[in-house]
Amino acid sequence: MPLYHDDDQTMLADTARQFMAEEGAIAKQLRHWRDRECKDGFGHALWKQMAEMGFTGILVPEADGGLGMGHVEAGIVLEEIGRNLTPSPFLTSSVVAATALGQAGDELRGRYLPGLIAGESVFAVAIDEGAKHRPERIATRAEKSGNGFRLSGRKDFVVQGASADMIVVAARTSGADDDADGVTLFAVPKDAAGLNHDSVRLVDSAMASHLTLDGVELDGDAVIGEVDGGREVLNRMLDAGRVGAAAEGVGVARGAMDMTVDYLKQRKQFGKLIGEFQALQHRAAHLYSEVEIARAVTIKAQQLLDAGAQNASLMASVAKAKVGKAAGLAVKEGVQMHGGIGMTDEYDIGLYMKRDRALAEFLGDVHYHAGRVAELSGY
Amino acid sequence: MSDLDTFRAETRAWLEANCPPEMREPVQGEDDVYWGGRKATFKSEAQKAWFEACRDKGYTVPAWPREYGGAGLSPAEAKVLREEMARINARPPLSSFGIWMLGPALLKFGTEEQKRKYLNEIARGEIRWCQGYSEPGSGSDLVSLQTFGEDKGDHWVVNGQKIWTSYADKADWIFCLVRTDKTNKYQGITFMLFDMESPGVSTKPILLISGNSPFCETFFDDVKVPKDQYVGEINRGWDVAKYLLGHEREMISGADNSERGAGIGAMLKRQAGELDPVLRAELAMFDVDALAFSAMGEKFLDEIKVGKAHPAQPNMMKYAGTELNKRRHELLMAAGGSAALEWDSEESRGGAAARSWLRTKANSIEGGTSEVMLNVIAKRILELPGA
Ligand SMILES: Cc1cc2nc3c(=O)[nH]c(=O)nc-3n(C[C@H](O)[C@H](O)[C@H](O)COP(=O)(O)OP(=O)(O)OC[C@H]3O[C@@H](n4cnc5c(N)ncnc54)[C@H](O)[C@@H]3O)c2cc1C
Ligand SMILES: Cc1cc2nc3c(=O)[nH]c(=O)nc-3n(C[C@H](O)[C@H](O)[C@H](O)COP(=O)(O)OP(=O)(O)OC[C@H]3O[C@@H](n4cnc5c(N)ncnc54)[C@H](O)[C@@H]3O)c2cc1C
Repeated sequence: MPLYHDDDQTMLADTARQFMAEEGAIAKQLRHWRDRECKDGFGHALWKQMAEMGFTGILVPEADGGLGMGHVEAGIVLEEIGRNLTPSPFLTSSVVAATALGQAGDELRGRYLPGLIAGESVFAVAIDEGAKHRPERIATRAEKSGNGFRLSGRKDFVVQGASADMIVVAARTSGADDDADGVTLFAVPKDAAGLNHDSVRLVDSAMASHLTLDGVELDGDAVIGEVDGGREVLNRMLDAGRVGAAAEGVGVARGAMDMTVDYLKQRKQFGKLIGEFQALQHRAAHLYSEVEIARAVTIKAQQLLDAGAQNASLMASVAKAKVGKAAGLAVKEGVQMHGGIGMTDEYDIGLYMKRDRALAEFLGDVHYHAGRVAELSGY
Repeated sequence: MSDLDTFRAETRAWLEANCPPEMREPVQGEDDVYWGGRKATFKSEAQKAWFEACRDKGYTVPAWPREYGGAGLSPAEAKVLREEMARINARPPLSSFGIWMLGPALLKFGTEEQKRKYLNEIARGEIRWCQGYSEPGSGSDLVSLQTFGEDKGDHWVVNGQKIWTSYADKADWIFCLVRTDKTNKYQGITFMLFDMESPGVSTKPILLISGNSPFCETFFDDVKVPKDQYVGEINRGWDVAKYLLGHEREMISGADNSERGAGIGAMLKRQAGELDPVLRAELAMFDVDALAFSAMGEKFLDEIKVGKAHPAQPNMMKYAGTELNKRRHELLMAAGGSAALEWDSEESRGGAAARSWLRTKANSIEGGTSEVMLNVIAKRILELPGA
């Protein structure tokens, strides 16, 4: 398979680009909701519109009413989300949670997927326990209780947790905190008793919860996949989410880079356009190179995930790490090359820096994933 | 099974039958590379067998048309062959400036007669070419070159000097940039082809910091070049030269090296047992970049075949690929410690680590320096002003 978008994917990209540039624009969404201190951090109306475009169910199989497309297509939408810094539940709901639900039984799929496809439901995922991503360790407990389970523990960085109709929670049904086995995934409805959100605003204006599960009682049918066998589903969710976050990061990087290169062509100092200074030209050219490479490996990882390839998980980490580096560079160079104006709230480049920082942490940062690449490579 | 799957199965079987085990070992030194040409000798029977099998199948230049010595593979088939060769670590059967540089230029600018003659000679490894571009006063600013060809009716008389001419002393023919109009900088250069045995051509080897001597000063003293031995149009050689540079840069970038650059961490751990934690972290960061670059190489090659790549993208590939390769060798030296410093001991295979490390420093100079690559990206891709 060639490593570029085919005709259908190119068409989807054109549609997504136009839609996000119009409806998902920074002024219309990110700034709008931020300046109103919106408790969700995103707009439900846009989420509905995204459903009308078919985006929300892009990864949901056709049999379940979705589009049955792959990670390449989801990535196309995410890149445009990234480019416009559009706040939406797409990554967590339509990519990570949808991947989990894809492994769930008919009952859970029937309960949750129609709402997702219609843009009426929002889902969140609760994986991290602590300030850094470390999914190898899961301490949240799920004890057998009647014919169901009782969940206790604490989760962090649950993005849009308080807005979610359902949260996919990774909990431990057996074994020690660091065991690979003994993990189970649960679909926890928002009104479950004992579910407490301490909702905080993040640097990128997204809302996230410190989630406390205080003896949350669930029926057995809330289990996604097998009891004690959730690690595999979790890994799939993580791979999907990481590759998705990489795609969004590529959009952030390209958006920041384009804006910066444009600025170099407008701003004059010393009687010249600052883009004439070779010191800036070389840095911009190096940045271009890094962003191109990051985009290539992201599409590669998407294709491998779609093909179910053996090295998909390795390349998911490569993509997440490489995008972390490249997008980080794009926003830092972006602010620097804008000079004083880059430090102002009024100008958008700083918003790219903030979103990049949050996205870099989501499902593992550069250091985590570089370490994982080393481990998976045998050193 | 799709046609491509059938082709893959056939290719796999063919490689299994024709690629000797020795030719699946990593290249260790310069003499493991077969360059062809009148003066060529084979290092081993295996090297000869592998070369001949590929030559007869058209696999020294798989994507070239059959009438020019290739196998006429489609881009998709060529990719399958590349993947299957990479899978078994098969060495390239034939390396040559003819394949990487002159061939693509002839395919685009050559006459039918030139293509039939020169491309077949290249594909069959019969003639080895060298590249006469750089001059003492004209490196990055190549277009300022001074070597002059005086028009004598049915031939030119060429006088001047080239420098850094790789393998000039081993090559049979040279493709050479010669000024034929002193009044026109860009449209005053002709892309000539001539035999290195022509009277008046002499070479003087130059020793590199690696202790090897792969390149030369090349002198032209009243060299007669027949008037039909040029590519493209007279005085329009710069167009050919630039086109060729794109292919040269693509080749130096290592775009088709699949994942060869990555994985040194695993290798070093096997050798050393334990890695210094800071070195391990650097290796991990390197592998991230190397694996990502391998995807970029794949994407670039896929796109260039169907005309989707930006025409200046080879400059980006060269920049990124060569900087990566230099970093790789820095890491290998760091991991090797004092053992990697040995210059000529048997244990060190004649100082292979140190010499390779030094040789890679040329990657970001030869074929256009990294700085020049960045200039081109800034100008042609980012369209920055005054670049
Ligand atoms: C937080 C903050 C506080 C400040 N406080 C004060 C204050 O109290 N009083 C005051 O007077 N000013 C103040 N400044 C302004 C500050 O001094 C300027 O922002 C600074 O000099 C850069 O100028 P500029 O913003 O116009 O950027 P520009 O000069 O437009 O620079 C834009 C980019 O081009 C680059 N560039 C420009 N020229 C060249 C060149 N020749 N070669 C290579 N690159 C070049 C710059 O490095 C930068 O990356 C403040 C700025 C900030 C951010
Ligand atoms: C191993 C090796 C093999 C070679 N083989 C061949 C061959 O077979 N045939 C052939 O013709 N040539 C060959 N070359 C020559 C090669 O193409 C030149 O060395 C190269 O183009 C640089 O030219 P230069 O050495 O004159 O350096 P210079 O052009 O003098 O450059 C010196 C420094 O200045 C920088 N610089 C120059 N211009 C600019 C600019 N505009 N902006 C910013 N920085 C700039 C360069 O990047 C470099 O760092 C080979 C070189 C090497 C090292």
